[in-house]
Amino acid sequence: MSVTDIQLQENTAHDDHHDDHHEQSFIEKYIFSTDHKTIAKQFLITGIFWAIIGGAFSVIFRLQLGFPDMTLEWLKPILGKWIDEGGKLDQEFYLALVTMHGTIMVFFVLTAGLSGTFSNFLIPLQIGARDMASGFMNMLSYWFFFLSSVIMFISLFLETGPAAGGWTIYPPLSALPQAIQGSAGGMTLWLVSMVFFIASTLLGGINYITTVINMRTEGMSFSRLPLTIWAFFITAVIGLLSFPVLFSAALLLVFDRSLGTSFYLSEIFIGGEALPNIGGSPILYQHLFWFLGHPEVYIVLLPALGITSEIISTNSRKPIFGYRAMIGSMLAIAFLSFIVWAHHMFVSGLNPFLGSIFMFLTLIIAVPSAVKAFNYITTLWKGNIVFTPAMLFSIGLVSFFISGGVTGIFLGNSALDINLHDTYFVVAHFHLVMGSASFFGLLAGVYHWFPKMFGRMMDEKLGYIHFWVTFVGVYLVFFPLHYIGIAGFPRRYYAFTNFDAFSAFTDLNTFVSVAAILTFGAQFIFIFNFFYSMFRGRKAPANPWRSNTLEWTTPRNPGHGNWPGAIPKVYRWPYDYSKPGAEEDFIPQHIPLSQTPESNLEEENELAKTEEVRESKNVEDSH
Amino acid sequence: MFNLIIVVAIVLILAIGYTIFRVTTLVGIAKGDTQKRVTGANKVQAALCVVFLVAGLFGFFYYSFGGLDDSFIQPIASEHGVETDKWFWITMGVTCFVFILTQILLFGFSFKYQYKEGNQAKFYPHNDKLEIVWTAIPAVVLAILVISGWKIWVDITGPAPEESEVIEVYGYQYAFAFRYPGADKQLGDYDYRKIDPINNNQVGIDYSDKAALDDFMGRELHVPKGKPVHLKIRARDVIHSVYQPNFRLQMNAVPGLPTRFWFVPTKTTAEMRAETGNPDFNYELVCNKICGKAHFSMKAIIVVDEPEDYEKWYNEQEALLKQNPGLMAQVPDNLREVAIISADLENNDSNQGVANSESENSSL
Ligand code: HEM
Ligand SMILES: [Cu+2]
Ligand SMILES: [Cu+2]
Repeated sequence: MSVTDIQLQENTAHDDHHDDHHEQSFIEKYIFSTDHKTIAKQFLITGIFWAIIGGAFSVIFRLQLGFPDMTLEWLKPILGKWIDEGGKLDQEFYLALVTMHGTIMVFFVLTAGLSGTFSNFLIPLQIGARDMASGFMNMLSYWFFFLSSVIMFISLFLETGPAAGGWTIYPPLSALPQAIQGSAGGMTLWLVSMVFFIASTLLGGINYITTVINMRTEGMSFSRLPLTIWAFFITAVIGLLSFPVLFSAALLLVFDRSLGTSFYLSEIFIGGEALPNIGGSPILYQHLFWFLGHPEVYIVLLPALGITSEIISTNSRKPIFGYRAMIGSMLAIAFLSFIVWAHHMFVSGLNPFLGSIFMFLTLIIAVPSAVKAFNYITTLWKGNIVFTPAMLFSIGLVSFFISGGVTGIFLGNSALDINLHDTYFVVAHFHLVMGSASFFGLLAGVYHWFPKMFGRMMDEKLGYIHFWVTFVGVYLVFFPLHYIGIAGFPRRYYAFTNFDAFSAFTDLNTFVSVAAILTFGAQFIFIFNFFYSMFRGRKAPANPWRSNTLEWTTPRNPGHGNWPGAIPKVYRWPYDYSKPGAEEDFIPQHIPLSQTPESNLEEENELAKTEEVRESKNVEDSH
Repeated sequence: MFNLIIVVAIVLILAIGYTIFRVTTLVGIAKGDTQKRVTGANKVQAALCVVFLVAGLFGFFYYSFGGLDDSFIQPIASEHGVETDKWFWITMGVTCFVFILTQILLFGFSFKYQYKEGNQAKFYPHNDKLEIVWTAIPAVVLAILVISGWKIWVDITGPAPEESEVIEVYGYQYAFAFRYPGADKQLGDYDYRKIDPINNNQVGIDYSDKAALDDFMGRELHVPKGKPVHLKIRARDVIHSVYQPNFRLQMNAVPGLPTRFWFVPTKTTAEMRAETGNPDFNYELVCNKICGKAHFSMKAIIVVDEPEDYEKWYNEQEALLKQNPGLMAQVPDNLREVAIISADLENNDSNQGVANSESENSSL
């Protein structure tokens, strides 16, 4: 997009603001809105909706695992025929629940809910743009996601149930309705839904990338971008490169399911007959899937890490330690995330030589991750820490990132993975490092930017309670799973009663289930706080966290176009907290260096001499 | 009635909770908390960080060192398992050290550097030396772990020794089948179109291959102690996984893609019964890849015998062809004669059949 285009668009945005603003109909303003802030909120609310469903599913199957003898008769009004006469959960429906839980959490909550919300909300506000590069595509991105959600939701009510082959939907299981009911209509809807989801992600991603590259305000060079934006930007690039591969994997699966091709199917005898398919490879699917699947882990994690960087720095009242190292490690992670995918396939029948290669590559990716953890901790060192709920959730995130990250060193080592693959050790690992860490990033972001989203403050005390119950709860749920994983308990098991080796630890499983139910329950404190504060919360001050980034220079309730006047110009990086000599413990990005001679570093004093300070008024005249 | 009471109780609890929430909010406003930059709650959070750290570490050590009812370590029973376990625990040591250290720093700093009126945070944007050091250290440690892991991996996945016992493991919804090569020690060919559940040809043995004629099936997987066992793994319908925690053994069974795994069992079932003090102990083969409704109950028993017992058991088994004469229809005409001999169809004394087919083989 050329510069003139952007300026034109800015102009229109202006005009919108001054003239049409009040004439927007309800539908334009809240439903088919092209305003990035509204779209962000739409993603957030949809994400919360899915999180409740995904969480409720995990509670149901935790009941089954923790209380195998309990009758679930009382769930009959909701689950209907999936509860059998004996009051037991249907075995196949258990798998459907696990599959839907994973799909919902990974894609709908943490990809759409996290990236969709915060990339949309923060990119224009923090880089100083009036909106996304294409508001229309952005709107489309949400509505594709909505459509995808509706389709997935409908699949829950099918006679044969939703997809049930695990969120990774490995064929042949996912290709053959004879093998499992969920692979009938449920799987078809899963695939259709994911196609729309991928379209949504791509539309969003293209927009984020274009916006960050082209629409930064004057002075906002890449080396002055907040780490949040860096994270969203890199995430979008990863998504753009990997989601199309998932699309191709899904497409070939559709062909195999419906058109009789043999991409993934070979030499199968099922339901009393030999299928004609020969020459396909189930391993091909796994390669394609994990080519997205592994980057996907970082697609959900990087935005959370970006949000954390911002929040930890702000609330420690210190610059983030190692800004450049943080960017460097994100870039390294992004690159490496594309060449480690086969570590999910060490025992799949993969050539062992490839296994060796992927083991080496995988352990390299641990290094930049470690650097990030060290940098967070050093940022806290000698800070002056204000524990807002957002700050607590960020600290919690770092804690999970470490606890879950170190177990990756076991799993990435192919020799050790032989015994750990597909056990509860893996469940513990990814729930901590990707599930809980990203989830905490999402919550931290909501607590931190709620004032900007809704112009009101969330209740702090409820936030504290929510944090401690959830934080302790998550550890109580997922830490014990390491032990039973080391003992070899396989995942995706309806019950452990059929094996002598796994008949131990029934108390532990009960304990985990109780903790899971309490943790899930605690989320309603958040939901109450969220909706209550939206309408009745205390009105937010302009810059409640005394933060440096640009979004806090907008009015309390920014309208379409974000800044009523000109967009502020940026003169410094976003982390000038507690700068020696400065009067306050923060200097926002739009304050010119020439106004802060008392705190400037030497090279900044040099810069200040040549700095062209822009008066807002002049700018407005200039276009 | 009971349900009604529960509903009423929940409503009451919610109402009380809401009231408390309103009251504390109003009190907070009255006290002017909303005007202050940092309230007393900040100190409480900092203190809770330390409480969490101490309680968490205590729980971690308590449960890791015997606080659980059962041991979470499955006794090892294979040669490579000893190696992988050694590195498992070395990795555990390294990661636990890092884990504990970083958590202490994380929550310790949070407590120590909590907000204090008048304090100023240290402006400390970077320190190149420090960053290089803590990039290099993990890199070196990880390199050591990877290289040792890689060596073990290469050994485990390398070619099976010549003298291995070759056994076919076959996964299908929802059981495992085991095929032994019979007296000629050669597994015959297979073809999935030959699968014939009625005549018990579960694994699709192709009887046009001479080596197949004496193959026999086992309901349990018998293996000899101390000898390399080479499992050739296949699947019929969907992906399954051949997993046995005591042997630290796992390999997926993939339709259309034969896989393999070899290992040396080191303890007989009887020895394990003595070691674990559990007279009912059995090695259980576990399906560890989601494969459908009854995935959670797909299993088989593995019996590790002393080599002599194994030989004896092996020689007592009857060829599948002998047990299911209906399969003769699948044997091509020119192999019928041979089949009668190698599968010992005429004679009930199977030892003689073995002898025959051995001489048959050596003449080839
Ligand atoms: C209330 C909190 C949660 C609980 C109690 C919970 C529990 C579980 C359990 C018990 C399983 C089944 C493991 C198995 O049998 O394989 C599972 C699977 C899974 N969970 Fe969660 N989980 C929670 C939150 C999350 C979150 C936030 C994520 C986001 C990444 C997540 C992602 C997954 C995935 C990807 C699977 C694998 C699904 C599959 O096997 O196909 N979970 N969860
Ligand atoms: Cu991965
Ligand atoms: Cu199976």
